[in-house]
Amino acid sequence: MERDLVIIGGGPAGLAAAIEAKKNGIDDILILERDKRLGGILQQCIHNGFGLHVFKEQLTGPEYAQRFIDEVEKLGIEYKLESMVLHLGEDKKIIALNPKDGLFEIEAKAVVLAMGCRERTRGALNIPGSRPAGVFTAGAAQRFVNMEGYMVGKKVVILGSGDIGLIMARRMTLEGAEVKMVVELMPYSTGLKRNIVQCLEDFDIPLLFNHTVTKIHGKERVEGVTIAKVDDKRQPIEGTELFVECDTLLLSVGLIPENELTREAKIEINPVTNGAYVNELMETSIEGIFACGNVVHVHDLVDFVTQESFLAGYGAAKYIKGEKSNSANKFKTKGLNGIRYVVPNIIHPENVKDAVNFYMRVSDVYHNVNLIVKDGDKVLYKSRKNHVSPGEMENVKLSKDILQKVEGDELVFELEEVAI
Amino acid sequence: MFDVAIIGAGIVGTSIARELSKYDLSCVVIEKSNDVSNGSTKANSGIVHAGYDAKEGTLKAKFNVLGSEMYEKICEELDVPYKRNGSLVLAFNDDDLRHIEMLYERGLKNGVKELSIIDKNTVLSLEPNIQDNVVGALYAKTGAIVSPFELAIALAENANENGVEFMFSTTVTNIYKENDVFNIETNNGKFKSRYLVNAAGLFSDEINDMLGGEKFKIIPRRGEYCLFDKSVGNIVTRTIFQTPSNKGKGILVSPTVHGNLFVGPNAIEMDKKDDVSTTKKGIEEILKGGSRSVKNINPRDIITSFAGIRATSDTGDFVINVPTKNAVNAAGIESPGLTASVAIAPYVVSLLENEGLRLTLKNNFIKHRTNTKLFIQMTDDEKKLALSSNSAYGRIICRCEHITEGDIINAIKRPLGARTVDGVKRRVRAGMGRCQGGFCMPRVVEILSRELNIPMTEILKSEEGSYILTGRTK
Repeated sequence: MERDLVIIGGGPAGLAAAIEAKKNGIDDILILERDKRLGGILQQCIHNGFGLHVFKEQLTGPEYAQRFIDEVEKLGIEYKLESMVLHLGEDKKIIALNPKDGLFEIEAKAVVLAMGCRERTRGALNIPGSRPAGVFTAGAAQRFVNMEGYMVGKKVVILGSGDIGLIMARRMTLEGAEVKMVVELMPYSTGLKRNIVQCLEDFDIPLLFNHTVTKIHGKERVEGVTIAKVDDKRQPIEGTELFVECDTLLLSVGLIPENELTREAKIEINPVTNGAYVNELMETSIEGIFACGNVVHVHDLVDFVTQESFLAGYGAAKYIKGEKSNSANKFKTKGLNGIRYVVPNIIHPENVKDAVNFYMRVSDVYHNVNLIVKDGDKVLYKSRKNHVSPGEMENVKLSKDILQKVEGDELVFELEEVAI
Repeated sequence: MFDVAIIGAGIVGTSIARELSKYDLSCVVIEKSNDVSNGSTKANSGIVHAGYDAKEGTLKAKFNVLGSEMYEKICEELDVPYKRNGSLVLAFNDDDLRHIEMLYERGLKNGVKELSIIDKNTVLSLEPNIQDNVVGALYAKTGAIVSPFELAIALAENANENGVEFMFSTTVTNIYKENDVFNIETNNGKFKSRYLVNAAGLFSDEINDMLGGEKFKIIPRRGEYCLFDKSVGNIVTRTIFQTPSNKGKGILVSPTVHGNLFVGPNAIEMDKKDDVSTTKKGIEEILKGGSRSVKNINPRDIITSFAGIRATSDTGDFVINVPTKNAVNAAGIESPGLTASVAIAPYVVSLLENEGLRLTLKNNFIKHRTNTKLFIQMTDDEKKLALSSNSAYGRIICRCEHITEGDIINAIKRPLGARTVDGVKRRVRAGMGRCQGGFCMPRVVEILSRELNIPMTEILKSEEGSYILTGRTK
């Protein structure tokens, strides 16, 4: 089978990319989704708070997803469910599998990678102790509770203050479980401020910073965890251990972009984000293969995934139509002094539509800083920030006009202390 | 009344069960856990040792070398992944060199084939990721790797297909003899057999006491492991040992048959036989130990860590003897027990024959297992055939290992099929990958519930009591 555009993943990223590509004149599009329905992880995020930026209203995850699913249906974009891509080649050849078609091969002119991310596990953290039932990633617990209608425990400790963990603290409480505490290794939360207020503070659930779980107890089912305070090297401090009785440990300790296919296709990966390096059109190191959403870098809000994915869809359409410029005029972006990474990584100014939204994360909590963008010594952008935190993405919009005037081969994004 | 009762469904018990199933006999395997291979067998190194380690003249040496030679054929018959990847014992100084020379001599005496001592350059050309301060190594080309729990499951399945019964969740509480018949009392009723095999692993000393055999004691020794992602599974291709020091046998680094990498084990004597928890200290110890041999071991690539307990006997050797008339002990089978078990089995059967068990070969013995391939391992034609018989083969459940719903249903429907999430995992690897079941575990619970027709809330992770769900939502 030959296709103009194959989109791998039918979550918010893939749906938005498909819609935008279609609107930009590409008709032959196929979305491959591995789950039973479109919408991705949003389908299990039944809380609200989605869509404030894109729709200027508060939607639940499934409602947000449905708006895009409806549009995909309306535009007549083809999709296949329960379809897992097993192979992606550098030549954009795809091998996929589903129960209806069996194994099938597609030669795509362009590909958008929109596989999302997965959760870090207990194994990756190497938490010592026994290996009983009752240790779940927050997302797996969320699937059981919200999709299958089953509770995963009665007395819960949550390790990590990532957003899914915070949301599950509230969800489990509302379902009658006792959420004893949220334990966070860092001195700050990696989740959104609003989730800390609405999911923990409103329910009097303690949040312990600078703490971690040092041991899991219980032979068959979790019977408790040992928590301990950590020093500034994030190592447990002897003598601070405390046993907390519980039957469940939820882990919300970070997300990892799912780039198995990306690696297989030998696309260059940024070791900081664990996602592909992308340019102004969200194109990866292989021409015609684009990427967007959490497979590129883990986002805080789905709204930003959507915006980024529209761009990937637009870029893929440009590429297929042969309208993308391949001129040598380009520069890189780089984060310095407190900016951990910047996406996109390479800019060809003439391919920019009106402006580029640069997304970035800071490496620590900072107060009273300027976020500045520099071309050599020249400051192109400066914005005062009272408070920045690794849990929330920062975003800088630079117009095509500004980008076309960049002289150096590197645009540097950094934080600058403000003298008070 | 059974002809033979075997206590224990680990690698030793299942090897013996399969061997006995070749004969016209009625046999039963009594296992306290709810699945095959839930004790020491499920958590060990998975190494088929060449046989230079054990001192000549010991049972360990004898059955190690024999077992090593038998492995390939048995794995082929049962379609269990096995790979003769070879092994190296590294030397880093003159003491180590003297030690590997001693091992070389011992290997020759034990009858190990294809042994050689190689110099630094040869080591580094074979394995470029070995630390540069290596000075030489003992190279055993016959060293191999296997998946221990998959082999035990395969042996049990095959024994079961050939008529051996298995009683799970059945703990032996007392044994007495009446008119030359063993009365085996359990939490699950009384079993009678004319002959008895004690393959109870960590608990084999307790069974031996019930039989009134000459006393020995099992000293549980825990070993911790780290398992690494497949992306680093190729940093070594052979199994890398260190020479034993006064601090212990040394940490090994090895690929697994499925392409992961593992590092471990340490050796900690335990008071309890069931404490398989890992410790921070232990994990640090094995990572440090592994890095003595191999460069580029990055803890960031760890996907899980676990521990197992060796059934070490205080006699210093395997305990294979006749504790009382018509009974055989196959006890204290610690390393190289996995290798030795396949050779111990025919020996145990010969001891039973000495005791008077009449052996008549069956003419309808089923030697091979069938329908064992995972979808992802099938040829294109086999895939088409599988998909046409069941579209569930087109539905990937475990994304990391590409395991389909068809594979999982097969794991459940096979002889002695999976009944727990870990049972599925050990049979078809769903949940073994880098996300460690994050995505597929809820689906596996759902499939188990549907196929076994039991409520979701009754699906267990592993043993009795390891419930996953606590009830319905409001």
